[in-house]
Amino acid sequence: MLNVIKMKVNGKEVELAVDPRESLLDTLRDRLGLTSVKRGCEVGECGACTVLVDGEAIDSCIYLTMWAQGRSVLTVEGLKGPNGELSPIQQAFIDEAAVQCGFCTPGLIMSAVEIVGTGKRYNREELRKLISGHLCRCTGYENILNAMERIVEETYRAVGKE
Amino acid sequence: MYDIDKYVQAADVDDAVRALTADPKAVIISGGSDVLIKIREGKLAGCSLVSIHGIRELDGVKMEEDGTVVIGPCTVFSHITNNEIVRKHIPILGDAVDQAGGPQLRNIGTIGGNVCNGVTSADSASSLLTLNAVLKLCGPSGSRLVPLEEFYAGPGRTVREHDEVLTEIRITKDNYEGFGGHYIKYGKRQAMEIATLGCAVQVKLGEEKNTVEDLRLAYGVAAPTPIRCRRTEETVKGMPLTPKLADMLAEGALKEVMPRSSWRASREFRLQLVEELARRALAQAVCNAGGEIHA
Repeated sequence: MLNVIKMKVNGKEVELAVDPRESLLDTLRDRLGLTSVKRGCEVGECGACTVLVDGEAIDSCIYLTMWAQGRSVLTVEGLKGPNGELSPIQQAFIDEAAVQCGFCTPGLIMSAVEIVGTGKRYNREELRKLISGHLCRCTGYENILNAMERIVEETYRAVGKE
Repeated sequence: MYDIDKYVQAADVDDAVRALTADPKAVIISGGSDVLIKIREGKLAGCSLVSIHGIRELDGVKMEEDGTVVIGPCTVFSHITNNEIVRKHIPILGDAVDQAGGPQLRNIGTIGGNVCNGVTSADSASSLLTLNAVLKLCGPSGSRLVPLEEFYAGPGRTVREHDEVLTEIRITKDNYEGFGGHYIKYGKRQAMEIATLGCAVQVKLGEEKNTVEDLRLAYGVAAPTPIRCRRTEETVKGMPLTPKLADMLAEGALKEVMPRSSWRASREFRLQLVEELARRALAQAVCNAGGEIHA
């Protein structure tokens, strides 16, 4: 049996029929084609399926789509600029070579969006804790932290100037 | 896709109670970080769900006129940690739930689920025990209040009836005012970990800040359910802040706990943690209460 739900996905209102047994991961990938959302462990441990729901990072594999009714969902696809430009967060990952196979990258970038969005300045130890929900990260522990540190610092400086 | 037989989203508490009464086998789901995993593992495969996710009356932290802090069971861990009332009056609880799982889990896992699972390793449990938390359960014939200490019936079991919904976690003013507290979670990893042992101490000092007026000590994973060490607590009340206090607390606790060996750790190691964490949590709790243990 399908249920109709309405939610906002990457800024656009979406109305679609979903099975109540679907996880948000299933819906985003299989019904909406948003394949930046990776299917990893499917038990909320690896962090590869991380998306933002109402601005908060969650593992979409352990979140029922029915719960997204009326909420706003953001995936990496929603970060691109009007002409397809990368966001500064994505650019920081490239500049710091924080990508190896890339499977964990979209999830980490979405956590970075949440972290950067707070406008707070975090030190490396705090950042380690804030990305500890991403077990999947190839060998890139240091470079991912470098990218995080860079973007948090850049944002803090930009916001501080205002 | 999850292996779920029937799914009902409750509109409010009454609706949830009705749905539970109608389906004697249904399972309540709140944040999903335990129930969905159990469905995936197969333990709850094919179950029927009554979802209380997103019910507004169950979300958030408020303070009543008499200073009682009321926590909605559907409040997620991160919202508890960042809540002003929690930070100001019961920081021990905010710190404790900030150690559960990882950041994404803390944005979906709820304190009510953590309590109702009845597991001994729940990160919120020992702190809530030291705060003498009282639970409000609503069922078909009305509501009742159950102190958290009487809520646990065994490993993973509670006295909550099938058709009852936890609607409030209540902490009265006399159980937090003037107390300093500290929770220590021992795990082999810094994150995404289930506690090998958890220890919470709340202490209230005398006027001169050099004696113990009141003290509460609680553990997770030191017994089949989270426990308070009531006998030990009585023996240290009134004591001056000397190393003997820490000795009495640690040695007393050893007589009240009954940890077991599991693949995570041996009984012997847990006993060592019981002793050591009591000392460390006490020292920090005393410090948070404005005192210091003098050598």
